[in-house]
Amino acid sequence: MYTQALNTAEADDRGLEDAAKAAQFQARIDAEERIEPNDWMPAAYRKTLTRQISQHAHSEIVGMLPEGNWITRAPTLRRKAALLAKVQDECGHGLYLYAAAETLGSSREELVDAMLAGKAKYSSIFNYPTLTWADIGTIGWLVDGAAIMNQIPLCRCSYGPYARAMIRVCKEESFHQRQGYEIMLTLCRGSDEQKAMAQDALNRWWWPVLMMFGPPDSASQHSDASTKWKIKRFSNDELRQKFVDATVPQAQYLGLTIPDPGMTQDADGHWRYSEIDWTEFKQVLAGNGPCNRDRIAARRKAHDEGAWVREAAAAYAAKRQHRQTAQAAE
Amino acid sequence: MATPNTPLWEVFIRSRNGLAHKHVGSLHASDATMALQAARDIYTRRGEGLSIWVVPSTAITASDPAEKGMMFEPAESKIYRHPTFYEVPEEVGHM
Repeated sequence: MYTQALNTAEADDRGLEDAAKAAQFQARIDAEERIEPNDWMPAAYRKTLTRQISQHAHSEIVGMLPEGNWITRAPTLRRKAALLAKVQDECGHGLYLYAAAETLGSSREELVDAMLAGKAKYSSIFNYPTLTWADIGTIGWLVDGAAIMNQIPLCRCSYGPYARAMIRVCKEESFHQRQGYEIMLTLCRGSDEQKAMAQDALNRWWWPVLMMFGPPDSASQHSDASTKWKIKRFSNDELRQKFVDATVPQAQYLGLTIPDPGMTQDADGHWRYSEIDWTEFKQVLAGNGPCNRDRIAARRKAHDEGAWVREAAAAYAAKRQHRQTAQAAE
Repeated sequence: MATPNTPLWEVFIRSRNGLAHKHVGSLHASDATMALQAARDIYTRRGEGLSIWVVPSTAITASDPAEKGMMFEPAESKIYRHPTFYEVPEEVGHM
């Protein structure tokens, strides 16, 4: 239950009492108890989660754009229906996540406005363009594959509403990855041009996908507290390695080459990838990726063009309310 | 300009006949009809339900977790309310 009335008053608590409460809070986390919306929590825990969950929600919503780009151009009706369902799922995921973020005390409107104003971040991956149909296959296979790696441990996150939202998301995400891989498989079994298109998409997406797991452990600024609070169960590098190990055999099956000539398999079977270009990652996060301005502009346009619908719905609800009150008074 | 707030609704879904409605999440909508339609789109895309309830979140009164001791402790100490508290000889069989 997501009632927020009790949340805000306690955020102001300070001083000695806080230290005792914080210790009690950490003990609950260590005992693997779930924290629920109206429970006491340190202000920093609330802030970290609000940031993380709302960024996650923004990513789902912005993530609809690169794929939505191909709905009208999907090669068959079957592909079109699947892509439409996938993009609708992404919207649903955004909405579950916004609802989870709101339980921490921010309103939906504040969260959305922060994204539209460019003050809130979303996943760097959605600032890359989808140039060919093979990009849709690659996004499902790799981007959703990487998202699943990240999200499965979040199903056990210490914050109840976030964990519950992630369980729903993970159930639905598996279809996304499989439909993406199927697109790749079809292209790789097709003509030389189709296979070349698949290879080209992999070449462009591989490194940005590895960056999705975030900065290397040596440079990650949020990891320590998040690990202590059991928001994060695995480090960025651990998840990235898991993803690479799972993906290399899938690429081999497709007959595609991972665009990393320096990649080697070590004695334990792990695939060791080359150095990632973190300057590119920083540039994209700073707003200088290929599509940053486009994405925000598209979100703002949709928000502005939908304003009359929100206003009309609110006016209609107010009118009905007014009429009911008047009838009750008669 | 800040966007005006749209009311929050809690969504309950009955997945099969014979089961109770279960809370599945929340959503924003300006009235009950739109809340029902949005609940259908957000929470039942894969045949998850046969029936939906939407309830304005403001209509829910929640117990305060800080008072959970006072609220629930009285039940915890009354073990005689459970069947296992009572001894029945094995010879009597299942009861």
